Amino acid sequence: MNNIIDFNHKMSAHCENGVTANLLRFYGVDLSEPVIFGIGSGLFFSYMPFIKMNGIPVTSFRPLPGMIFKRVTERLGAEVKIKRFRNKAKSMSELDDLIKKNIPVGMVVGVYDLTYFPPAYRFRFNAHNIIVTGKENNTYLVSDPIMEKIEKINSEDLLKTRFAKGTYKPRGKMYYIKHIPENYDLKSAVIKGIKHTCKDMLTIPVPYFGLKGITTLAHSLKKWPEKLGDKKAKLYLGQVIRMQEEIGTGGAGFRFLYAAFLQEASEITGKQELNEISLQMTEAGDLWRKFGIEAGRIFKGRYPENNPYKKISELLLKIKDKEEKTFINLNKTV
Amino acid sequence: MKKEEVPQYDENLLNGIKEIQYAVDENGNYVEVKSPGWEPKNIALKQALKLIDEITEDARQKVISNKKSPIFFYMHLKQMDVSILKQETGYPKFIIKRHFKPRIFKKLSKKTLNKYAEIFGITTEKLMTVPDKPVDTLEFNFGFKIKK
Repeated sequence: MNNIIDFNHKMSAHCENGVTANLLRFYGVDLSEPVIFGIGSGLFFSYMPFIKMNGIPVTSFRPLPGMIFKRVTERLGAEVKIKRFRNKAKSMSELDDLIKKNIPVGMVVGVYDLTYFPPAYRFRFNAHNIIVTGKENNTYLVSDPIMEKIEKINSEDLLKTRFAKGTYKPRGKMYYIKHIPENYDLKSAVIKGIKHTCKDMLTIPVPYFGLKGITTLAHSLKKWPEKLGDKKAKLYLGQVIRMQEEIGTGGAGFRFLYAAFLQEASEITGKQELNEISLQMTEAGDLWRKFGIEAGRIFKGRYPENNPYKKISELLLKIKDKEEKTFINLNKTV
Repeated sequence: MKKEEVPQYDENLLNGIKEIQYAVDENGNYVEVKSPGWEPKNIALKQALKLIDEITEDARQKVISNKKSPIFFYMHLKQMDVSILKQETGYPKFIIKRHFKPRIFKKLSKKTLNKYAEIFGITTEKLMTVPDKPVDTLEFNFGFKIKK
């Protein structure tokens, strides 16, 4: 079976934003990455010291994988199909059937076996999103939002990445859009997205999520050097910086992406105040960047003062205060 | 962050790709700007990669001193752990841990050895030994070398 779908591939900062935006654009709904991110309530924070990967606690700046696509399509009233598989052969034959019908298919894959991916980023990370846009003999065409052009992967490797092993197994998960109404309500979708993010950041009553999570991280972080020793403390801090800055966040743990969204949201909703709040969000992003620079100094052993972890802990608390004001303000505006 | 402040610190960690960052232009509007890297995050990534090399080297030493079997080494080399091996082989964890013992490893059937070799993507012959010097895991697995 050979079929190549005429697909307009566009890069994005974050894979799930990009896949959602590219799929929607295929069906004539042209929204920017920041707007997708905002409607999908993609901004989040969690720090759960008791959940570890490779012995290092997990900090995350995003909600669970799959949430952005689910929320955006729901809020725009689109009908979608999301499916996982037990049977590997069936997962590939159903994919082929869809491609034959000219339906681009989103899927979750592990990046370790993604042969075209930058090698230094091929970790056993199983929550990457791509779109399959065609098949030529034994090779699939892939629109991957972090790559500049459409890539190719052979069917054995694609199968491997779809059924990658380890934490959060994708189990062949694939998804596609079945129908999207012509008169979707963009303004209401934007407002729902903002409200959800404010709720996530301000009101979850356990100290690991939203702004409370930032406070918890700040308090544990200052104890790391004594508790863990220099080397391990640096690895813990490195994990935070990677989640904050690595492929996908658009910089500063998605803060700049969110600020860009608020600018567009101001136009979509006609609420001028959102522009003002976008500026505050940019300032918060700049503080996260500063946090990254200070962490970089710690990595290199070039921190000018004693007790650097205490200093960056204070900086984190300052970020939390800044964001608290911003989100309270934002919540009142919408 | 202003457009011109978007870091352009290139150590080729992205293998030629540039990723998208969002920053404000001279009119205060957000625009997309491409970036090949930023020093603090490059260090954090290289630190994570170096950790894999160190864990792999530690495993290699344990094989050389006859404390562990080569399966233990190749597991770490391929960024796996016992749970992933359990999912790949279908063996219970305690059986896999037994296979880490050099004494048990020597007695494994050809079939079992082939199974492990296939999972690690190496020949069965190679599975019988470990390399004689420390391994750069990125280079070994993907033929890619970075400055560490």
